[in-house]
Amino acid sequence: MSAAVITTTAPAKAQSHEGRIGFRANLRHIGALARRNMLQIKEDPESMFDAVLMPIIFTLLFVFVFGGAISGKGHQQDYVNYVIPGLMAMMGMNISMAVGTGVNQDFSTGVMDRFRTMPIARSSVLIAKIIVEIGRMLVATTILLVMGFILGLSISTSVFHLLAAVALSMVFGASLMWIFILLGLTMKTAQAVQGVAMLVLMPLQFGSSIFAPTTTMPGWLQSFTDVNPLSNLADSARNLMNGGPVAHSVLVTLAWSVGITLVTAPLAVRKFRNKT
Amino acid sequence: MGAAVEVRGLVKHYGETKALDGVDLDVRQGTVLGVLGPNGAGKTTLVRVLSTLIQPDAGSARVAGYDVLKQPRQLRRVIGLTGQYASVDEKLSGWENLYMIGRLLDLSRKDARSRADGLLERFSLTEASKRPASGYSGGMRRRLDLAASMIGNPSVLYLDEPTTGLDPRTRNEVWAEVKRMVAEGATVLLTTQYMEEAEQLADELTVIDRGRVIANGRVDELKAKVGGRTLQIRPIDTVTLPAMSAALADAGLDGVAGSTVDREEGVLNVPILSDEQLTAVVGLLGTRGFGIAGIGTHLPSLDEVFLSITGQKPDQDGQPGSAGQSVSGEQSGSATEKSDAEQGVAA
Repeated sequence: MSAAVITTTAPAKAQSHEGRIGFRANLRHIGALARRNMLQIKEDPESMFDAVLMPIIFTLLFVFVFGGAISGKGHQQDYVNYVIPGLMAMMGMNISMAVGTGVNQDFSTGVMDRFRTMPIARSSVLIAKIIVEIGRMLVATTILLVMGFILGLSISTSVFHLLAAVALSMVFGASLMWIFILLGLTMKTAQAVQGVAMLVLMPLQFGSSIFAPTTTMPGWLQSFTDVNPLSNLADSARNLMNGGPVAHSVLVTLAWSVGITLVTAPLAVRKFRNKT
Repeated sequence: MGAAVEVRGLVKHYGETKALDGVDLDVRQGTVLGVLGPNGAGKTTLVRVLSTLIQPDAGSARVAGYDVLKQPRQLRRVIGLTGQYASVDEKLSGWENLYMIGRLLDLSRKDARSRADGLLERFSLTEASKRPASGYSGGMRRRLDLAASMIGNPSVLYLDEPTTGLDPRTRNEVWAEVKRMVAEGATVLLTTQYMEEAEQLADELTVIDRGRVIANGRVDELKAKVGGRTLQIRPIDTVTLPAMSAALADAGLDGVAGSTVDREEGVLNVPILSDEQLTAVVGLLGTRGFGIAGIGTHLPSLDEVFLSITGQKPDQDGQPGSAGQSVSGEQSGSATEKSDAEQGVAA
C-alpha cells in the first residue's frame, strides 16, 4: 500500500482478501467521494440556493403571513416559537430531496459507470452523498435558527435540547434520503424525481403540525397527522426547544427513521448495484 | 502468452432483443482486439459485461485470469474503461477527477497527486487541469477519460467507441494516445463502427452483428478478404472513364482485379492491395495520356465489409434470422474460409 501500487499492474496489489474492501479503505473511498460532492457544490454554488434561501424565505413567509392569523394580531412572536421547530423538520425533508436528483444525474452522465467499475464498495458512493447532504441540512438549519433568533425566537430549555432537536431532524432527514435515492434510481429523469417527490412531500408537510396546531383539523385528518412522522418530528423539536413532553414524539420519530432506513436503504443499494 | 480476455458463449437478452447471442472471443496479452459492428450489434453490451456493469444470462468470461461473475471485485482492480460517453465528473476539474480516482484506487494522497499531475502532462491537459471538465472540448474530455482509465495501470483496457462523435482532428489525437498506450504494452479491447479505426489500432478483428461473431482474424487477413483499399481516380473529362477502365483491363497489372466506373460521382474505382499497385495504376494511366484531375484512396466502409463477409448490408434494426446467419456461430478456421462459406450461403 505504498508507491509500489502505482507501478504494479498485477492483481497482487490488492491488499485485501479476495478483493474485499477493508474498513479503512472504505472510509478513504467515502472521503474521496464526499470531497467530490463538495467540489461540485463549489463549482455550482446555485445548488446551495435551496439550503440558503429556503430557510430565509419560509421563515419570513410563515411568520408574517400566517403568524398573525394563527396566534392573533401582534402575537407573531408566539408563532415564531411555534413554527421554527416545525420548519426545522420540514427543511430536512426538502433538502434531502436533492439527493435523488443528484443520483439520477450521475447515472445519466457516465460517471456512475466509472465508479461501478472500480474496486470500491458500491454503497460508498451513496453514503458520501448522504454525508454531504447532511452538511447541507446543517447549513440550512443554522440559517433557519439565525432567522428565528432575529425574529425573536427564544429557547426556554437549554442549548443541549436545541442540539438534540437539530440532531433528531438530521437523523430523520438522513432516513428520508434513502427514499429519494431509491426514487432517483427508479425514475428516468431528474425532473420526474422532483415531480414525484413534491407530490409526496406536499400532503406530508401540510397535513402535519408543522405550520398550525392540529386541534382545529377534522378527526380523520388528525388521525393522519398523529402518525405523520413530520408531525412527530415537529412536536419533538418544538417541545425540546420550548419545553414539554418529548418522550412519545421522539420515540415515534426515531421509530420512523429506523423503519424507513431499514426498508429503503437495502432496496436502494440493491437497485444501485443491479442498475444497468 | 495466454489470453488476457477470454469470452465463451456469452449470452445477454433484453426481452426479445438478443444483445449477445453466444459470443466467443479472445484478446491476447499485449494486443489490441477490434470489435467491429454496426449500432446495436452488441458491442457495448459486451463491454458492460466484461466490466462487471451487467451480468450475462449465460456463458463465461475471464479477464486477466479473473472470472467476471465470480470475482468481480478483483477484476475491477485490473481493468480500465473508457466509454462512448465520457465518464468523468464534468463539474470537477481535470485534476480533481484524476485525484479522486487515484484515491478510490487506494493510492496515498501524495501518490494520487503525482499520478494526476503526470497523466495530465502526458495527455497534454496540464494547462486546463484546474478548469472544470464541462468547459473541455470533446477531444480534451475524451483524453481526460483515457487518463482516468490509466490511473490504476490496468492490465486490460476497454475502449468503447472511443472516437464516436469526434471530429477528424480530435479523432487522430485519441488514436495517437491509444497507439502510445499499446506501444507501452497495454492489452486493449476496442469496439468501433469504423473499419478505418480498426485498421489503425487493432491487431486482430472480431466482426459482430446482432450479438453474434460473424468473422474474426488478423486485420490484414480480413482486409485482404474485403479488398483492401479502393483507389478513386477522377479524370479531367468524365467521358474518358470507360476508356480508362478498358486501358487498365488491357494492361493486366499484377493483382489489379478490375475497375468500376461510377458515373454519378464521375470517378473510376480500382480496388488495390498495396502502394505499389497504386503507383502502377496511376503511372499506367499517365503514360496512356489520360488527364487526371484528382486521386484518392479510401478504406472499405463498414457496409462494404459486411457486404463482403455476409453478402448483405448490416442490419441496423438487429432483427435476427436472415441469410448469412446460418454458419455464423462457429469460431474455428480462418476468417477467409469462413467468409467464403458465408458468401456462398448468402449468394
